[in-house]
Amino acid sequence: MRGNMGGKIFAVLVIVIALASAVPIVTHTWFGSNISLAPPEDISTHGSEIDKQLDETMLEAGLSFLAAQLVLGVFVWQFGGRKDGVLKNFPGGAKYLVVAALLLVGAEAVALGALGTKAWGSVYFQPASADALQVQAQAGQFAFYFRYAGPDGKFGGIHPEKIDEGNSNFFGLDPENDIPARDDITSGELVIPVNKEIHLMMHAKDVGHSFYVRELRIQQDFVPGLDLSVHFTATKVGKYEIVCTQLCGLGHYNMKAYLNVMSQDDFDKWLKAQSQ
Amino acid sequence: MRASKPCIALLMATLCPALMFGGTISGKVTYTGTPAKQKAIDMSKEPSCAKQHATPVMTEGVVTGPNNALANVVVYISAGADDANAPAQAVTFTQKGCQYGPHVLAMHTGQELDVLNEDQTSHNIHPLAKVNREWNKSQPPGTPPIKDKWDQPEVIEVKCNIHPWMHGWFVVLKTNHYSITGENGGFSLPNLPPGKYTITAWHEPDGKQTQEVTISGNETKSVDFSFVLKPY
Repeated sequence: MRGNMGGKIFAVLVIVIALASAVPIVTHTWFGSNISLAPPEDISTHGSEIDKQLDETMLEAGLSFLAAQLVLGVFVWQFGGRKDGVLKNFPGGAKYLVVAALLLVGAEAVALGALGTKAWGSVYFQPASADALQVQAQAGQFAFYFRYAGPDGKFGGIHPEKIDEGNSNFFGLDPENDIPARDDITSGELVIPVNKEIHLMMHAKDVGHSFYVRELRIQQDFVPGLDLSVHFTATKVGKYEIVCTQLCGLGHYNMKAYLNVMSQDDFDKWLKAQSQ
Repeated sequence: MRASKPCIALLMATLCPALMFGGTISGKVTYTGTPAKQKAIDMSKEPSCAKQHATPVMTEGVVTGPNNALANVVVYISAGADDANAPAQAVTFTQKGCQYGPHVLAMHTGQELDVLNEDQTSHNIHPLAKVNREWNKSQPPGTPPIKDKWDQPEVIEVKCNIHPWMHGWFVVLKTNHYSITGENGGFSLPNLPPGKYTITAWHEPDGKQTQEVTISGNETKSVDFSFVLKPY
């Protein structure tokens, strides 16, 4: 047994590494936002579903990982240093071992998928309600711009050939010929009222970008040529960062904007000030 | 030192006609119609620039002054003047507070152009040249000026590839006789020898207008330009 000292040390190390890896998982699951390793505060109505799903995933994957490491540790402790051949074969041989592993991993993937569908569906498979505030988001190298319909409640059409960024026509509006475009409000900041559903209609001006707000638990790509949308309700007044999370070119590092959640009163005032 | 006397005499002989026949063309650029509204620029994505401005910076596509004066119009001699040589002095284009200064910069072909970044953020200056060779260069904070020059006369639109709202113009001319109007719309082209000149006025959204002027002797001639502006 003396010759196996290295193996025993390795076995202990395997277990220690596994337990240390579990620390962030455990803190994430049981200590929530009191611990800095946890995700930032959730400010959305759907975020708790996403967080719950992530907790379940972390717990399940974490326990599987711990169990696998423990088994590995036990085997290394018990049989490390042995040189005299096969211990025991898996019943049925290698073929069955692979089938068993596939079933185990497959069951895990299917279970996560089935459980996760509920959270995913609550965000993506429910249409935005009819009275949601419509905001158009445009991503382009390397800034986000947001557009509100203005007092007439109608968005002007988009004409890419009219884009004139030097004169703040980021969307390509044609106010000369298109009356609904005249009162459209364009902002570099996504300003929204609190506790009001927002229907964000997204389009990319040039390449792929992404809209990510950690506190909203939303990350959605902009894809050139596709009209994508997300909807959400923010529940807390404050200023949060919107970052682009698709590498979109040289200035990607600099592509960000702010989400400014206001009370309905402040929002109305802001909107009124913008349309003057 | 004596040897230099003939040189001075030669220099005087070259300069004197210009001094003796110092004709001037001056005037005012105005507009009729309704100018497009200047819009406040939202720089919130770049806080280091936004905090440099107490009030929001306005777009500079059309800048007007009192009495229908039109600013940022380049008035220059497009034919008749003989000044093929670029001045030795460089012209400077500055990026400060995520804004170009000046909005419209005129220069002679071959004249040195220095591009400065005085901000705490990177810029990527991109002159959209079509006749000259187009380039775009990244300029992180604290780096030395980018030096360049343009070989051909051209009106070149300039943008920043990082900050979409940044917008300016290089007006590259084959003359040193140019003037850019301020908010009073006034311009003056002095030191013109007698001759027949074509005066061109260029304004960003409206293009060019020209007029013919003949200068004889030491006179000042008045020439006015008027652009028709549309609200959109």
